[in-house]
Amino acid sequence: MGNGPAGEAKTTYREALREALREALDADERVFLMGEDVGRYGGCFGVSLGLLEEFGPKRIRDTPLSESAFVGAGIGAAMAGLRPIVEIMTVNFSLLALDQILNNAATVLHMSGGQFPVPLVIRMTTGAGRQLAAQHSHSLEGWYAHIPGIRVLAPATIEDARHMLAPALADPDPVLIFEHGTLYSASGDLDPAAGPVDLDTASVRRPGTDISLITYGGCLPKAMAAADTLAADGISAEVVDLRTLRPLDDATITGSVARTHRAVVVDEAWRSGSLAAEVSSRITEQVFYELDAPVERVCSAEVPIPYARQLEEAALPQAVDIVKAAHRAVD
Amino acid sequence: MTAARTPKPAANPVRTARTANPARTAKAPRRTRPDTAGADTSHDRDLLRAMLLIRRFEERCVELYSAAKIRGFVHLYIGEEAVAVGVSEALTPDDAVVSTYREHGHALARGIPAEAVMAEMYGKATGCSHGRGGSMHLFDAGHRFYGGNAIVGGGLPLAAGLALADRMRGEPRVTCCFFGDGALAEGEFHETANLAALWGLPLLLACENNLYAMGTALPREHAQTDLAMRAASYGMAAWAVDGMDVHAVERAARQAVEGIRAGSGPHFLELRTYRFRAHSMYDPDRYRDKAEIEQWKERDPIATLTERMRARSEWDDKALATIERLVAEEIDQAVEASEKAPTEPAEDLLRFVTSRSAEVN
Repeated sequence: MGNGPAGEAKTTYREALREALREALDADERVFLMGEDVGRYGGCFGVSLGLLEEFGPKRIRDTPLSESAFVGAGIGAAMAGLRPIVEIMTVNFSLLALDQILNNAATVLHMSGGQFPVPLVIRMTTGAGRQLAAQHSHSLEGWYAHIPGIRVLAPATIEDARHMLAPALADPDPVLIFEHGTLYSASGDLDPAAGPVDLDTASVRRPGTDISLITYGGCLPKAMAAADTLAADGISAEVVDLRTLRPLDDATITGSVARTHRAVVVDEAWRSGSLAAEVSSRITEQVFYELDAPVERVCSAEVPIPYARQLEEAALPQAVDIVKAAHRAVD
Repeated sequence: MTAARTPKPAANPVRTARTANPARTAKAPRRTRPDTAGADTSHDRDLLRAMLLIRRFEERCVELYSAAKIRGFVHLYIGEEAVAVGVSEALTPDDAVVSTYREHGHALARGIPAEAVMAEMYGKATGCSHGRGGSMHLFDAGHRFYGGNAIVGGGLPLAAGLALADRMRGEPRVTCCFFGDGALAEGEFHETANLAALWGLPLLLACENNLYAMGTALPREHAQTDLAMRAASYGMAAWAVDGMDVHAVERAARQAVEGIRAGSGPHFLELRTYRFRAHSMYDPDRYRDKAEIEQWKERDPIATLTERMRARSEWDDKALATIERLVAEEIDQAVEASEKAPTEPAEDLLRFVTSRSAEVN
């Protein structure tokens, strides 16, 4: 880890996640990490590399390939008062634990009349863009954001990767954290002033006056790139990073649209029944009369994500698509 | 229709496998009860009263259901009382229980007041789940009763997590998870059995084999119907028990719980039992021979115990009548209190969705 020009530490998204885990494990002995290959392997994406040596096998637990059992075990351990962090290798495999997440984690507090909170954190990789084909490229965080009783986070910046875990662990209810696979190696300067993230708020990543680009996760860098292009075209785009997908921060979303009067919602999931549809709907419900143009959506094509590079690129939202959508709204 | 096989009563529990887990240190359990199964009149009286409470409670539930006082799914445990009562005898208040949707017996045997269970059936505010759960989702933190799970096999991973927490903290507690024969066809059973054995978790897997997964008979849903043998293949102690004999169940459960507390990892009991009533109130019970049901009723666990007690001189019809009267009074009180109990206001609909919404009210 080198030092940046302004005394800021150069780091990566992956290292920021690891540092957050280390801090959590240091801070609270009830915290432990379990999942497939989180220990000896160091995590499928290298996030937990070195933590086994530092914290030992009791707290960095390699599990069998049993998503339902180890997610359910995390739920039970949380109900018993521990603070488990469960890593599911990718969102694609979380489908094997969907029953435990929906029917237990999200439901037990309510079904028990408030007797059993589930202070569980589940981390998983999401998204496409690495030529991994249909079964390893899903973006299903919008599905999870459909479920009452859980909080859904999507850290898109190094600061959020570093500072979302502590407040997630402090939440008495289940929190799902979606880490986009293309972000792990993103490097940058970690703002030393950054602290715990307020998990109820979205973040304006770039202020603008002409249009709001509303996105999250792996699409944030694409939206930022699109804003650069639009600036060159004379269009001032504001970029809103949702970062908490449930509950949505309506005030930040609608506040931005009330200022810019136009919106493009960018979501790597499929368009039909998507989180983008939810955001778009809330805009029309809450600030319809502020709009100068219909809300645009840029989502993935409705196709299982293909392997070949040009096909995958064509399937996913790209900066150029965001720029086109913004022009449609502004011009 | 396929006739289910008659289970062989396992008079002498025979282990089909033993774990190779290294001995693990565990603190002594905080409370133990004396093992007086089958030898002590006052203990037998307790067992009988516990089984009768379940039986009469559920018979009253049928009446209340017909009177539309309670609704939803109601799955009766009648016939299986020896399992809940015998297993519960082997547990201490510090232990935890995870149950299924057929859970009235587990909840009552665990000591949750009949009034709290009945009020939950009524959907009242005084119910043990504040009217959010109903018959299939009884919860009680005070009794470490972690709820009925209405997804077959869904409670197993959660139970492993409770056991994991105890293991990580060095608590000498046991988690008991009840589930049925149907759950052995679910992946959750196999994932959990493997995980629990691999990590040596203090977990009692109490399989209530009542020979039917809803309407599908055991040989029609399992290629291998020796359930204990399948559990043993994961490297845990596992054996079959006559689930119609409360003494046999209690003895087996005590033996299993002792082994778990001694650090030898999860144990599996195949408790061979039978439900006398249909799967639920909606079930016309077309898939079972009436003769088969009548044959099993001859092995009624309550009658079996009373006959055994009668064979000893200390017991007579008068004593039985006294217990019946006490049980009836308890249920009358539960119904009366549930009738009078307040309902949850609709304004509190969103309460308990998150911990923050729970704090709002």
